[in-house]
Amino acid sequence: MMPKRGVAALVVTTIALVLLLSFKTPDDTLPTRNGGVSVVERGAQPSAAPRATRAPTSNGTPAADPTPNPTSAPRGAATATTIVGPLVSTRFGPVQVQIAVVDGRLQDVSALQLPTGRHSGQISDFSEPVLREEALSAQSANIDIVSGATYTSLAYARSLQAALDQAGLG
Amino acid sequence: MTATREVAAMRRVEPIMGTTVSLDIRPPFVPEHILDDLFDQLRDVEARFSTYRPDSEISRLGRGEIGEDHCSLDVRYVLAACDHLAQVTGGAFDARRRGPGGADVIDPSGFVKGWAIEEAAWLLDSAGARDYWINAGGDIVARGHAVTGRSWRVGIRHPDRADRVAAVLAVSDRAVATSGTYERGDHIADPRTGLAPAGLRSVTVVGPGLAFTDAYATAVYVMGIDGLRWLAERPDYAAYAITDDGRTVWTDGMERYLVRDA
Repeated sequence: MMPKRGVAALVVTTIALVLLLSFKTPDDTLPTRNGGVSVVERGAQPSAAPRATRAPTSNGTPAADPTPNPTSAPRGAATATTIVGPLVSTRFGPVQVQIAVVDGRLQDVSALQLPTGRHSGQISDFSEPVLREEALSAQSANIDIVSGATYTSLAYARSLQAALDQAGLG
Repeated sequence: MTATREVAAMRRVEPIMGTTVSLDIRPPFVPEHILDDLFDQLRDVEARFSTYRPDSEISRLGRGEIGEDHCSLDVRYVLAACDHLAQVTGGAFDARRRGPGGADVIDPSGFVKGWAIEEAAWLLDSAGARDYWINAGGDIVARGHAVTGRSWRVGIRHPDRADRVAAVLAVSDRAVATSGTYERGDHIADPRTGLAPAGLRSVTVVGPGLAFTDAYATAVYVMGIDGLRWLAERPDYAAYAITDDGRTVWTDGMERYLVRDA
């Protein structure tokens, strides 16, 4: 069950960005792909065969509508309901999240829109006995998880909160 | 949006402890009620350690309503660990500080989140999970592998670009924590001066357990470039940092985690 009080804690300090979709690309080691459409795995009943029930989320096209926009999958066992949170403006740009709910539980959060920010990361020479540096090209990596939050976390939390409210989980 | 690979995975996300805690378990799975227990446990930690809740043990301790001797074993352990960290970091990490008005403030939250996630990982271990990660606000415990033969890939978010990663790490049975100016500007103050640290924009530390790894990331961020040298001397820990002027630096120990062909 989703804790009602847990949601209030969102506005307090550091907020995670669970941006799995934004960073993921198809993994060559795994055969199944689904064109350019996001497909998020859903946890199935673990006591059964270890196979996740999958349900398509809405396409990643950001909704311009600032009100929460539920898109319900057909009713049935372990189908996912996808809910798009409102666009929240920040001085860095708009933020919008999407959540997936299965059996009353929040199963996934992804960002539909995030500010891209300014470009940085020039490398200069810096030598220390114990330190190394070089340019790493990591922008198209296969990534499972991301470490580090962002400026936009509060807006992210607000969009998430609205989506949770819409799902009746807030 | 890009396509996501499909794999069998158990997922759960809950807003908790002032952040979002998410987890991803690969087969063998654990019963759903284990995950309920896990999040209940995190809420219990939050209830006892929150500095935002007036009725928490930490808040009551801070107001002098109870003494440390009367606190639960968990609170005493956490405070002892924080005191140890204050000692080894030369005060760069310190749960005790002088608050506004001169009152003593006890805030172990820089340790508690990592410790609570570490305990949650133990719960999954004892339930039989082998390959999983738990992510609490960008601080991560990653156990086992994503799929057979492939470690978990952890992207280090670029401090200036929310949609970019600065580097990718391949980790297995490791904790990863990032501290920095990602969130609302400079929110980590040097406990010794009360000032915002200078030198590093973000620090990512890899280590064996999340509680110390997270606290070390905070300490290194506070220490600046010198912090990287300090961390390089600690066996089993490695650090990667982005400096204020946009350079990337890391300790020798990080070499084994950095993915070059990402």
